[in-house]
Amino acid sequence: MKILFFAGLREALGLSSEDLSLPPGMTTVGELRAFLATRGEPWTALASTKNLRFAVNQTMVGADAPLTDDDEVAFFPPVTGG
Amino acid sequence: MMVVIRVQEPDFDVGAEVAGLSAGRDDVGAIASFVGLVRADKASSDSAVQVMTLEHYPGMTEKALGDIVEQAQTRWQLLGVRVIHRVGRLVPGDRIVFVAVSASHRGDAFAACEFIMDYLKTRAPFWKKEESEQGGRWVDARETDDTAAARWERP
Repeated sequence: MKILFFAGLREALGLSSEDLSLPPGMTTVGELRAFLATRGEPWTALASTKNLRFAVNQTMVGADAPLTDDDEVAFFPPVTGG
Repeated sequence: MMVVIRVQEPDFDVGAEVAGLSAGRDDVGAIASFVGLVRADKASSDSAVQVMTLEHYPGMTEKALGDIVEQAQTRWQLLGVRVIHRVGRLVPGDRIVFVAVSASHRGDAFAACEFIMDYLKTRAPFWKKEESEQGGRWVDARETDDTAAARWERP
């Protein structure tokens, strides 16, 4: 799967995207977030970003949204356009 | 319905965009438009904003804006919608966003224009970074924007 990071989170991680095989046992976007946050610094930013938002295949979803290994997942702070 | 959605770095011509909504047709009775500009006096920063950089999520941005316009179409009788959002490096005074809606009657045009802006603010994947003399900082999302969008939710 492809994972994307944007804005302040992208800067905190020093990374805009990552290709990853969905780890076994991982079924939701919230679980993936928790897994990535356990990788130590700077990945704790995934846990500490306030009101972190998720998108799966370019649609905003909740933390309980299901994942497959073919999905494009994005993590980002609340949007501030307009 | 005639829908134009553009995410672009260059500026746009407000007059030409508004005119485009009624060109060659005689059924348009109302066009409501909104232009958002970069302000220097952001409350989140102690010193004046000198540069504003807009980041977005290519692909999802266009999709999210298309979804918002589609929702507007289901709520009001619309003839055309144009949404333009700039990305990249902007300075105070620059135009940043444009929404215009054409309809037979003004009520639909006004309401849909405001709805599209309120939803864009909370659902389209854009992020602003301000640079002032104190350095760069990502703009925080505002609760008032969530409140504005929530007004449109059906009971």
